[in-house]
Amino acid sequence: MKITREEVEHVALLARLELRPDEVERITGQLDSILRYAAKLDRVDTEGVAVTTHPQDISNAFREDEVKASLDREDALANAPARKGAAFVVPRVLS
Amino acid sequence: MKHAALTLCEAVSLLEQGDLTAVGLTESVLARIEAVEKRIHSFITLDAERALARAAEVDEQRRRGWAGRLCGLPVSVKDVLCTRTMRTTCGSRILENFTPPYDATVIRKLEDEGAVIIGKLAMDEFAMGSTSENCAFGVPENPWLPGYVAGGSSGGSASCVAADESLATLGSDTGGSIRQPASLCGVVGMKPTYGRVSRYGLVAFASSLDQVGPLTRDVADCALMMNVISGYDPADSTSVNREVPDYGAALQDGMRGLRVCVPVEYFNDGLNPEVERVVRSGIDMLADAGAEIVEVSLPHTEYCVAVYYLIAPAEASSNLARYDGVRYGVRDMDAGSLLEMYSRSRSAGFGDEVKRRILIGTYALSAGYYDAYYKKASQVRTLIREDFDRAWQQCDLIASPVCPTPAWRIGEKSDDLMALYLSDILTISANLAGIPAMSVPAGFSGSGLPIGMQLQAAHFNEEVLLRAAWNVEQRAGVRGRRPELV
Repeated sequence: MKITREEVEHVALLARLELRPDEVERITGQLDSILRYAAKLDRVDTEGVAVTTHPQDISNAFREDEVKASLDREDALANAPARKGAAFVVPRVLS
Repeated sequence: MKHAALTLCEAVSLLEQGDLTAVGLTESVLARIEAVEKRIHSFITLDAERALARAAEVDEQRRRGWAGRLCGLPVSVKDVLCTRTMRTTCGSRILENFTPPYDATVIRKLEDEGAVIIGKLAMDEFAMGSTSENCAFGVPENPWLPGYVAGGSSGGSASCVAADESLATLGSDTGGSIRQPASLCGVVGMKPTYGRVSRYGLVAFASSLDQVGPLTRDVADCALMMNVISGYDPADSTSVNREVPDYGAALQDGMRGLRVCVPVEYFNDGLNPEVERVVRSGIDMLADAGAEIVEVSLPHTEYCVAVYYLIAPAEASSNLARYDGVRYGVRDMDAGSLLEMYSRSRSAGFGDEVKRRILIGTYALSAGYYDAYYKKASQVRTLIREDFDRAWQQCDLIASPVCPTPAWRIGEKSDDLMALYLSDILTISANLAGIPAMSVPAGFSGSGLPIGMQLQAAHFNEEVLLRAAWNVEQRAGVRGRRPELV
């Protein structure tokens, strides 16, 4: 196996996903088949090959530092599942 | 209802001559939707009332002497593009009730040219899939044979055009998501060069691969849509500041002086014989038009699927971290802690394929595995790009199939994950390299399913694609052939 149940559970925690035991079982098998397939990349010699993270040769895209209108506060809050005044409400973080 | 089947260019001349109004055309399209939508399921959201009001508005503008390039033309867009006036679900429960506070740049561009937006189209959840079966709000069906897939992830965008439910649509393409459904539904679809069209307001799946593009009834309409949506956008720092040509001028008869390559790696054992027959005949049409046919090798083609299914999920796992239930989207209101709120909201809101890709991506980026998976894939991506760079020294175009098979029955491949992933093999490399590519209808299978031909060219050479596609369209004899739905 390329990946274990424990690793899937750990990755799920990192990704903030809650999986039922049967989901862990199923997904472990599916991820394993994907990773086994991906192992064919080991056959490619990439010694000294640069990575491509972006298809165009753009580096930093600068703009003038001008004051402009941005998203209206009410618009930004319009989809909030819970709000209070001008704030998004979330469960208590500190007790 | 007869006007619903017009091409954009045909409708433009009728509207200009005063033989048709935007309201009349929109009513035709809405009547057609009423008649076929219950079988095809192209739409997630439809706003007939607003469309008619908008049509009346552009009719009035025309009376006062102003008409944009899409004035009065009913179009629809994949539900991955933000619209201020219509919810934008991305085919996901997690965004079921999300109405964006702004319009995507391409939506602005359509509306600035007078287009009438009818609705938002079905898609695989967050554009992850090849059949649109991963849509939380109904699965679009192939208008040529209901019960068969429309393709994906822009399945609704393709079925909508094929079923005459809009004159043209927009989709998005991360690994073939415009070209593959276009091929399976017998319409024209283009994935432009990365950076040609603004991604502002396109909900992100894999940011280094995603690109917005048109699906249309013919090649001339594709050129018209490209004229409207292309161009630099200061709101998208990855869009490229480069002049937009008149793509319509590219539609010239004849291919003399152009070299078309047929990569040996694209015609392998897994290819359906009917697809091979149709695509080979399409290549013959290019030769008849005067193109020189050459054989070129793209030796890293066999690694495309592996590279894509590491890089795209890695980028997705990062992009989809934003769905945390705080600012928008579904939230589990009973969670006792912040962490519980995140994980419960996400687990309830995302479907299986999205969870799978988030997990594989998180794994490929996690400590201890980054070098072996993400970095390795990004290096092989460089080699895939270099294959293309070498090819362009010997040819101007690459011709191939789009999908190894015609459309298949809904449900047929949903249990075989790797088989489904492998069906993307012919379209993925264009996204990895950032080059433009399109699908043009070239023929039909024995059972009457459409088969498209893929054309790829070097960065910003959309004109060569359109010229080749137009020459195929002139010779293939399938333009204007419509599915018999009613």
